[in-house]
Parts: sequence; structure tokens; C-alpha cells
Amino acid sequence: MLAFLVRRLLTLALTAWLATMVVFAVLEVVPGDPALLMLGTQAQPDTLAALRAQMGLDQPIPVRYLRWVGGLLTGDLGTSLTYARPVADLVAERLAITLPLAAMALVLSAVIAIPLGLTAASRHGRAGDWAVMAFGQVGIAVPSFWFAILLILGFSVKLGWFPAGGFPGWQAGAGPALKALLLPAVALALPEAAILARVTRSAALDTLREDYVRTAWAKGLRRRTVLIRHVLPNALIPVATILGLQCAFLIAGAVVVENVFTLPGLGRLLYQAIGQHDLIVVQSVVVLLAMSVVVVNALVDVAYAAIDPRPRVRT
Amino acid sequence: MRRRVPVSLILGAVITALILAVALLSFVWTPFPAEQIRVVARLRPPGPEHWLGTDHFGRDVLSMIMVGARNSLAVGAAAVALGAAVGVPLGLAAASWGHWGDEAVARLGDLLFAFPAVLTAILLTAVLGAGAVNVVLALGVFNAAVFARVTRGAAFSVWRREFVRAALALGRGPLSVTIIHVLPNVAGVVIVQATVLFAVAVLNEAALSYLGLGIQPPSPSWGKMLGDAQTFLFTAPLQAVFPGAAIALCVLGLNLLGDGLRDVLDPRHRSAPVI
Repeated sequence: MLAFLVRRLLTLALTAWLATMVVFAVLEVVPGDPALLMLGTQAQPDTLAALRAQMGLDQPIPVRYLRWVGGLLTGDLGTSLTYARPVADLVAERLAITLPLAAMALVLSAVIAIPLGLTAASRHGRAGDWAVMAFGQVGIAVPSFWFAILLILGFSVKLGWFPAGGFPGWQAGAGPALKALLLPAVALALPEAAILARVTRSAALDTLREDYVRTAWAKGLRRRTVLIRHVLPNALIPVATILGLQCAFLIAGAVVVENVFTLPGLGRLLYQAIGQHDLIVVQSVVVLLAMSVVVVNALVDVAYAAIDPRPRVRT
Repeated sequence: MRRRVPVSLILGAVITALILAVALLSFVWTPFPAEQIRVVARLRPPGPEHWLGTDHFGRDVLSMIMVGARNSLAVGAAAVALGAAVGVPLGLAAASWGHWGDEAVARLGDLLFAFPAVLTAILLTAVLGAGAVNVVLALGVFNAAVFARVTRGAAFSVWRREFVRAALALGRGPLSVTIIHVLPNVAGVVIVQATVLFAVAVLNEAALSYLGLGIQPPSPSWGKMLGDAQTFLFTAPLQAVFPGAAIALCVLGLNLLGDGLRDVLDPRHRSAPVI
């Protein structure tokens, strides 16, 4: 296990390093003059010169890269051109919305999907199973941002139960803040729940064929007891893996859904930074999101290896 | 004994063929020119003249959805073609080379997976500007990583088969074995994955166009139509329903087709696809 951990850690470090190189190359090397790209061709020469100096563009590319990576490691992400504030502060503020949103979506998808998947497996080939499979197909096909718009239409425009967008801030209290996050979380959770329900069903079907489950049935245990005590723990291994991997899709989904609900999260910050040509913000946010995907993938691998020894053996 | 054709394959093929037919029809006929602005007829509800109503510029929604189908399918097909053109040879090469070559391809895959397609598209848009070509590029890069990983896995198992060893023993080189023996045996897996990635590409293109980063106006796109419709949710709520339903139907058709093809071409793998 130790050798696997060391190998996985090295892979993680290599991928993270390559990811920083890609982001730096795309945003700082490819455009030629990032300052010109940010300020536009109509910018005054002295303004351009000031920005070039602020970004250190007079330095050689390797020096700029090392300074940027050094800043990433120490939490200095530079200063936003648009907001005239440290990017680290902006990111911290926005994470206070995006992280709870992603966590709510993840919990919601698990809460919806696991019981559905288990029910479908226990009613294999019957109406309940077909219904869950149909939910899975439709849930995957429905774009989260369209579902988000439909939720606004139903629950905000027609019923007026939830705000159509915006965020009151945590200082307004947990109640109003969570209320503002609920519809976006539901919109994000639907496709994830659909995938997870299918995976749970498939894993539970495999477990239901095991001898010890047959023994449990033979003992006369109730269906609920068999499913929860004997099937669920074993079916949870692939489910947990998929749940971890879905974090990457939640991050991408959050960029879109936050814009539907005009939530001032990390995704909206990134989207606005593109419109404002604020490459300093784009660079930091993209690399942070990519890092989070890399780290979550590594954690999933390690968790999986801890449960199931097969991935530790190199093929 | 004849094998039963999976229901998902039939249903998926019918839906996909329907969408494709609509897209092709839009080249020769739409009820109205899709880009024709008629401000006097703006935000009309569905009726005999405009079956699905009109948008805030008075454009016919049905015509826009028809042309949008063409655009979505074109972007999806291009992104899948680009991904397959890069990813399949990489996957085949990784399985053929083994050791360092395989390790390099695996790490490249890890790197590309760090950037979800939407994130890659945003990164490219920041530098190159918005547009369909950049969306194809971004989705193609992500697809290449998936194709490489899937092809590599399938090709590895083919390389262990006896007929491949026999071909090597007869003096065939790795390239020849890959083209003659390995490629045909992984084609089924690649076709199934292509269908699934096509659906993902349609979803992502719609998301990017919704954000204004994909297909640019005046060319209609389903995602952009949804973005515009959101502004008029109070006055014309149905405008937000039709383009979304078109996306969902298209993705549903492609996913069902992928599931059906998987059952027919690759009966050992009936689990969920990679994406």
C-alpha cells in the first residue's frame, strides 16, 4: 500500500506541475503580449507599460513561470485588474458559495440516487426497475442549465417559493443563504443522481447475486434489512468511486449553473473575468479548479485502493 | 438462434435519425428564414403561423431549432472526429509500445482529465475568443483523452490474445499487427464511446453557447436560444422549454443508441460508459 501511495503521490505532483505549465503556456505565452490582450489595442502606452511591469512581463518566461508557481504555493495569486484586489481574497469569498453549493449537490445526488438504485436492483426487470432506468436516461440527457431554468420557471416565477437568482450572503443568516442555494444544488444534482442511480443499481445487482445475500434471504430477513445491511455496504465501493469522480463534473457544472442563478461563486467569477479580459483571475481560477480535479481523482484512487487491493497491483 | 435487437438501440436510432433528418431538412427548408428578424412579431406564443412561437427578435423558434440541430450535430461530430483522430492512434500506440510509451500516454490522459471540457473551452476562449471552432478544439482535446484511455484498455486485452501472438511469431511487425489485428477488434468499443462522447459534446456545446462562448449569433444554437429565453421567463416562458427539450431529446437519442450499440458490439461491458 505504501508503494502505491508513493507512486500515486508522484503522479499527482507530475500532473499538477504539467497542469500549471499548460495554463501558463495558454494564457501567458500563446497570446504574445497578455497585457495587450487584457487592455485591448486602444490602450494607452503608459497604461500598457504599467500592467506589463505589474505582471512582470519584462522578465524571461521561465522566471515568470517560477514566480507564478511560487505565488500559487504561498497563496499569492496576484492582483485582479478589474477588482483591484488580491485574487486570493476574491477566490476565498467566492469559494464560500461554490463549496457549499457543490457539497449540497453531492449530498442531494447521493440521497436521491442510492435509494433509487437499490430499489431498482431489488425489483429487477419490474416496473420499479424500468422507472429508475428511465429516470437515469432522462436525467443524464437533461442539461443542468435547462433544468435550472425550468426550476426557476416553476418555483420562482410561478410559485414564488424561491428566489430566481442572486445570493443574500451568509451574513443574512444560514436560512436565506441555503434557500438561495437549494435550487442551484438541485439543478446540479440531477445529472449526477441519474448517473449514480445507474451505478448503484448495477453494483447492487452484482451484490444481490452473491451467496451471502442468498443466505440472508434464506434466513428469512426482511427485504429492507437485506438491502441496507448486506447489499448496500458492498455496493457502496463503486458508488463512492463515481461520487468522487463526479466532483470534476460538479465543478464544470457549477460554472454554468452559477451563471443561470447569478450566484457570485467561483464559476461566475471565472465567467466574468473572461468578459473583462482579466487574465490574472482566469489563470488562477482555472489552475485552482484543475488542481481540485487532480487532487480529488488522486483521493478517489487512494480510497479505492484502501478498500480494494487490485488497483495497487500494476498491470 | 437470432439475437434480439435491444429496444434502446431501436429507440436511440429512431430519435437520432429524426434529429438528423430535421438537421438535413434545415439546409433546404425551414418554415421561415432562421435569422429573419421581425420585431412586429416578437415573443408570439405558439400558433398556426409560428408553431413554436417567436423569440424577442421575432425570429421563428421552430426554424431556429431546426438550424440549431444542424449546428449542434456539426460541432458534436467535429469534436468526436477530432478526439478519435488523436485519441485512437495514441491509445493503440500506448498498448503497442508498452512501458514508457504507455506511461507517457497515461500521464497525458491524467493531465487532460484535469481540465473538464467546459474549463478547457473557457481557457481557450480567454485567449482566442468565443466561437464554434474553439468549442470543437476544447471538446476535441477532452474527447482525445477519453478515446486514448478507452482504446488503450481495449487494445491491451487484444494484444494478449493468441492470434496476435501468432501474428508476431509469423514475423509481422507491431504496426502491421496493430492495423490488421488490433484495430478491427477495438472498433466496437471505439464506436460505442464515440456515440456517448457525441452526446456529451452536444450537451457541452449547448452549455458553452448558453454562456455566450460557443456558436456566435446570428447563427442559431440551442444553448444561446435558452440563454436569450431566460431573460423573458416572465413574459414568454415557453421559449425556455422548446430548445431545452431539443437538447434533451438529441442527447437521449444518442445515449440510447450508445447503450444499444454497446449491447450489440460489446456484450461484456454493459455497465455505465466512461463519461
